[in-house]
Amino acid sequence: MKKYIILVVSILFTGLTFAQDIENNIKKDTTSLDEIIVVGRRKLSNYRQNKIVSSIDDFLENSNKITMIKRGNYAWEASINNMNSNRLSITIDGMQIFGACTDKMDPITSYVDVSNLEKVSVGSGQEGTENGHCLGGGIDLQLPQSTFYDSGLKTNIDLGYESNGNYKTTGLDIEYSNTKFYLNADGIYRKSDNYKAGENKEILYSQFEKYNISLQSGFKLNEHESIDANVIYDKATDIGYPALPMDVSLAEALITSITHNYTNDSTFIKSLVTKVYFNTITHIMDDSKRPDVPIRMDMPGWSDTYGFYSKASVRANKHDVTFNINGYYNRSLAEMTMYPNDSNQPAMFMYTWPDVRTLYTGVYAKDSYSLNTHETLSTSLRFGFHKNRIAKETGLESLQIFYPEISDSKSRLLTSFSSNYEIKKNALDITLGLGYGERAPTVSEGYGFFLFNSFDNYDYIGNPTLRNEKAVEANFKTNYHFKKFHIGIESSYFHIMDYIIGEIDATLSPMTIGANGVQVYTALNSATIFDVYLNSSYQFSKTFSVNGTVGYNYGKGSNNEPLPLIKPFSYLAEINYSTPRFNAAIQLEGNGNQSKYSSFYGEDETPQYAILNLNFGNIFYIKEHKVVLKYGIENLLDTYYSTYADWNNIPRQGRNMYINLSYLIP
Amino acid sequence: MKFKYILPILFIAILVTSCSSDNDDDIIINEIEGLIKVQDLSNSTHTIELYNATGTFKTGYNAISIRIKDNTSNSYMENATVSWNPIMQMPTMQHSCPKSTITKASGKDTVYEGFIVYQMANLDGSGWSLTVNYSINGVEYTTTDTITVMQNAKQNVTSFMGTDGSRYIISLVEPKTPKIAINNMTVGLYKMETMMSFPVVENYKITLDPRMPGMGNHSSPNNTDLTFKAEDAMYHGNLSLTMTGYWVLNLKLLNTQNEVLKGEDITTEIAQSSLYLEIEF
Repeated sequence: MKKYIILVVSILFTGLTFAQDIENNIKKDTTSLDEIIVVGRRKLSNYRQNKIVSSIDDFLENSNKITMIKRGNYAWEASINNMNSNRLSITIDGMQIFGACTDKMDPITSYVDVSNLEKVSVGSGQEGTENGHCLGGGIDLQLPQSTFYDSGLKTNIDLGYESNGNYKTTGLDIEYSNTKFYLNADGIYRKSDNYKAGENKEILYSQFEKYNISLQSGFKLNEHESIDANVIYDKATDIGYPALPMDVSLAEALITSITHNYTNDSTFIKSLVTKVYFNTITHIMDDSKRPDVPIRMDMPGWSDTYGFYSKASVRANKHDVTFNINGYYNRSLAEMTMYPNDSNQPAMFMYTWPDVRTLYTGVYAKDSYSLNTHETLSTSLRFGFHKNRIAKETGLESLQIFYPEISDSKSRLLTSFSSNYEIKKNALDITLGLGYGERAPTVSEGYGFFLFNSFDNYDYIGNPTLRNEKAVEANFKTNYHFKKFHIGIESSYFHIMDYIIGEIDATLSPMTIGANGVQVYTALNSATIFDVYLNSSYQFSKTFSVNGTVGYNYGKGSNNEPLPLIKPFSYLAEINYSTPRFNAAIQLEGNGNQSKYSSFYGEDETPQYAILNLNFGNIFYIKEHKVVLKYGIENLLDTYYSTYADWNNIPRQGRNMYINLSYLIP
Repeated sequence: MKFKYILPILFIAILVTSCSSDNDDDIIINEIEGLIKVQDLSNSTHTIELYNATGTFKTGYNAISIRIKDNTSNSYMENATVSWNPIMQMPTMQHSCPKSTITKASGKDTVYEGFIVYQMANLDGSGWSLTVNYSINGVEYTTTDTITVMQNAKQNVTSFMGTDGSRYIISLVEPKTPKIAINNMTVGLYKMETMMSFPVVENYKITLDPRMPGMGNHSSPNNTDLTFKAEDAMYHGNLSLTMTGYWVLNLKLLNTQNEVLKGEDITTEIAQSSLYLEIEF
């Protein structure tokens, strides 16, 4: 929304601010439910993040809305409002893209790198439906905008080293632009060995290696129109997943798009952006490095998506309206071949995703209406048609073993609706929101065939007959600024109907050797999720500030069992010192005891933990060249810990010393 | 101008249609299409041609097509009455095996069909012989020759002693080409009354529990027990196969009083029933 001034939220912690210059911005628009995380390295304030060459995952984790579920040191899965990626809409610049791994080893955030992106837009609950249907929220990883700046050639070199895991990062970014044309090429390479948890315990199979290159170019056709083309190629190899029984030998993505931009302040339509895109993902699981497995297997998966969107924004009277028409076609196929230990027996084969084709077309509209200078009412609406079809006869017949009556296709209509009222008066602002949303089951939930979940040690069977999952949502947010003191409360409540979750079917025999049994995706009548965060900050002086956040989350199903992966009581406190050329911060971060863990869904109790982080930043110039140096120590006390979001309780990194260097040649 | 181009096209069209109508008259429907000859059995007057889908006999259920050729006229007999008797010559005795009657294949003039269940084979395929008796226009003929029956790689037939003291033979008929799906499963059940008599056993029940020994004895849902159908005198049920590979179809045979004659339930202690068939695909 153009009217909204982009809210730059601290990368470091909680959405609070501490530096004077940014604080003014924040005060203008603290009520926007959208959270923007700036990741584009050229655009950042270098004081706002502790690492320049952080992975996307690190960036997202530092947002207070997002928790990352970890299966290893790579490719973490985002969760918002205690809802994992099944209930989120995650897009790359509005483009739909779907991971190719049946076991969620490749959330799509793993296929882009900070070098590709400018910012990440996070919408909580129904605020996240601009690009697709969701319940928990939406994350849009946004590509850089066209930059016809006439700034000539710019080069930027980034280097990073972390002691824990001997983690090396190298990035190179070359940018050329004049008034008619620009070209931006960048590449980044990352390699890490096994990391060490606290107390110097090596975590086997936690290594990874990846590189990412991207090319973006644009031509200005005339004063109002331009065309951009963007290609991202991302390839990761030798990725270990210590929490899972298998690793990944290849995760490869090609993401392409062409965009037409039209902007004109004097016409009715102020801007019109049309994009066509294609992306393809290949994901190959591999267990050849594991010395001891019950059976050797290959599990490749593929996901191809074709799509388009057209987004218009209109401003008339006191209305600010956005329209978005989008559509995509996805093909998800995954298979499994197992090699029996008795070599006389033939290999065993099955389709774990039976070539599921998904066709979606939808429309979205959002209107922000300024009632007066203090009050705004925004309403958004999304309608969509969603159709799944099983393209492989063998795949359909496989699922008919469990559901003899199903046909090869299933169509759904999806509706999302939300309304927000916000009022700002002097030091106080309040936002109230209501929403209703629906989502279709994911490919795994609908069509998965013996997908092993190492979290609860069950094989999962998809259910093509699932109904849409629906949520009614209410949210509340308020901020109060009193001189140098700030306090805010943010809370969301979700009542979810037909909550999709696995249910043990004792009559079924597991496929995976050693599994406890089989769960079939089914729906609870309802589930309730509630979260509340309280944050506050105090600015002692121009250079000194403190801030803190505490959070409480709650989730329960209609079967009276706690939901899995609900964040326990969490807290974060930070002391900052910053001057224009130097900053330092000390951070205390922790969770309480996970007392409401869900043993019913295979969780165990994660004990409380607290860690200390220390980070510093310097900025200096060598002639015209700008050098940014970031360094610090994470987990200073080398605490051995894991959080509720760590798959199978794999411990997190122990003490880690890092240094990042960014060298900009203008 | 245009006519110049249309004319040759017209000619070609006429030529093609006339040619094809000529051919239609001459077409002989190939009644053995898709079948491969296993062997000829000859006497002075006729040659008995044996066909099946693979061109070889293997242990288990063999669907067999027969043609009778007149050695002098080289024409195929369309009005024969045919019966057969396979014999296994053992060192001290001989026995036959379950077999069907032979009927004219539906919709065909010269082909006769039936099946034989060879319950065993010697390693070199020797020992079996086949006698075909047939009558044409009231005249009886016969011919006998040795046939080669090889051991099937997987156990698709089993012969066993029931707790009632009778010998039975169970033979897998369907699925011929198993797939990852709910397959229609068909088996034949025969009692060995004498060395030469193997009548169909009716109205017993065969329970089914398919397992993959290579996958920790993984099983599959929605299998059904096999029940007798009078139409084809076979037992039918549903067989779910969740993946390709090697499957053991664990069976239990129950008589009309629901007494178990052979086979056990699969438990953690008992990985495989003593009565089973095998599938690999």
